Amino acid sequence: MSNTQQLIDLTIQVRRDILRMVHKVNSGHPGGSLGCTEFLVALYNEIMDRKNGFEMDGIGEDLFFLSNGHISPVFYSVLARAGYFPIDELNTFRLLNSRLQGHPTTHEGLPGVRIASGSLGQGMSVAIGAAQTKKLNNDSHIVYSLHGDGELQEGQNWEAIMYASAKKVDNLIATVDLNGKQIDGATDDVLPMGSIKAKFEAFGWIVLEIEDGNNIDAILKGMAEAKLETGQGKPVCVLLTTMMGNGVDFMMHTHAWHGKAPNDDQLASALNQNPETLGDY
Amino acid sequence: MKTYTYTEKKDTRSGFGAGLAELGRTNPNVVTLCADLVGSLKMDQFIKENPERFFQVGIAEANMMGIAAGMTIGGKIPFTGTFANFSTGRVYDQIRQSIAYSGKNVKICASHAGLTLGEDGATHQILEDIGLMKMLPGMVVINPCDYNQTKAATIAIAEYNGPVYLRFGRPSVPIFTPANQKFEIGKAIKLTEGKDVTIVATGHLVWEALEASKVLLKKGISAEVINIHTIKPLDQDAILESVSKTGCIVTAEEHNYFGGLGESVARVLALNKPTPQEFVATNDTFGESGTPAQLMEKYGLDSAAIIKKAKSVIARK
Repeated sequence: MSNTQQLIDLTIQVRRDILRMVHKVNSGHPGGSLGCTEFLVALYNEIMDRKNGFEMDGIGEDLFFLSNGHISPVFYSVLARAGYFPIDELNTFRLLNSRLQGHPTTHEGLPGVRIASGSLGQGMSVAIGAAQTKKLNNDSHIVYSLHGDGELQEGQNWEAIMYASAKKVDNLIATVDLNGKQIDGATDDVLPMGSIKAKFEAFGWIVLEIEDGNNIDAILKGMAEAKLETGQGKPVCVLLTTMMGNGVDFMMHTHAWHGKAPNDDQLASALNQNPETLGDY
Repeated sequence: MKTYTYTEKKDTRSGFGAGLAELGRTNPNVVTLCADLVGSLKMDQFIKENPERFFQVGIAEANMMGIAAGMTIGGKIPFTGTFANFSTGRVYDQIRQSIAYSGKNVKICASHAGLTLGEDGATHQILEDIGLMKMLPGMVVINPCDYNQTKAATIAIAEYNGPVYLRFGRPSVPIFTPANQKFEIGKAIKLTEGKDVTIVATGHLVWEALEASKVLLKKGISAEVINIHTIKPLDQDAILESVSKTGCIVTAEEHNYFGGLGESVARVLALNKPTPQEFVATNDTFGESGTPAQLMEKYGLDSAAIIKKAKSVIARK
């Protein structure tokens, strides 16, 4: 496996990928992607027990489902750099005839993707289904999922959250990206949700918090603790506090970069703040 | 002309339940999910014999569709069960993204379709579900006609890899197709040979079409009745072969004419062989409370309506 410095180097490279991907097509979602970069890098390179290659059924390995599909740039970069498909293919993001659609899909057969997401609120149910199939298959591996905090405004999540505890889906670790922002502004302004922690706990989940969700060590420690909580009859929720736009000074502390690409000058500035580590695609 | 009789009536949903029970014994990958309508969907036998493969999700259909999609990952074949209304319109986006677009092997099994669920009224009587489901790329849409065919279709769709919408109903209807028949997805069944008019029917309307053909025969009109149990993919060849002989067609379904079987048939005819067509279907309306027979009469879905439309379409030849 990797040491922290290697993961940090990869994180910086993934940031560069995200910025270059959305800049090239002048569309896509850099803000949430940058906020979840450390998490997905750590997940795919240190936390998950993955097989080489890709099989849709994912038997005998951990699985991950991205529910907030609009952060596809970080997902694609992490998948490519984990070996699921050629890194050069990041060049095709959002282009006609690409496997790297605006939102992730299985439709074009991109290795690493097991469900389409983009229309929000559906990934928790899917992850639960996959987790229950693992139990039926006597497969002791874990299902991970990632959700936006704003995404929790979708009602299907709460059907799923209620079900997961009722059915003791304890091989599921659902992470919520608490960046406090959504398209129209701060979540507290758009639709205040109160305590997400209290809500999950009231629904019977084990809830852990990672307060510095952009710190690799904090993520590794928090997720290791989360893994220890699996198998005890309750689903596990990780509340990951992140900074939208992390690593690019002008994209942080604002919701403005949720779904907007940088122009040429902004890209240059952003890349300067994240010098090449492993090599650009 | 071949005539059809019956000795027993049963609901098509019971055919689904019987098929599901058989799948429980023969296919260990089949799992079932239900949103608080186990009794209505006749799923009890499967559940009794395979409790570990049944998932009660409560009144949460959106979650059920997502869970079903997820369960396919790892090789399970999920059958979801709820009313047609809650199997389609209520969860359209979940089906669209997590099942159809994702190409998941989920069987969406929908009972109480159409007007014949009766007294519950329009909130529960969906007449738009065939249209909703056939518009989804890759979705197979099946509406079998009686107990035996519903049982056979239930068993057959487990062997097909891909999303399927299986539509059936609540009322007892005559059993006139063979027990233990082999069900072939997308293959129409010609029930009677005729030369004057083709009647293409699906679901509960197949028996009504046969009843109509008996009356028409007494008036000297020979009707070719085709059971189109699969609306998508549609058996174009069967339709075109028949209208080549009869020169006119009536389509019959327990569904709005917008988006239903009739429109699918009209497209085939327009592209290949423009032919006079009449539609036995609901006329862009919601249903209402009443007995199934009263509703079928009031909304023009019974054999009398088919006879009337057959005469009209023959006059247009």
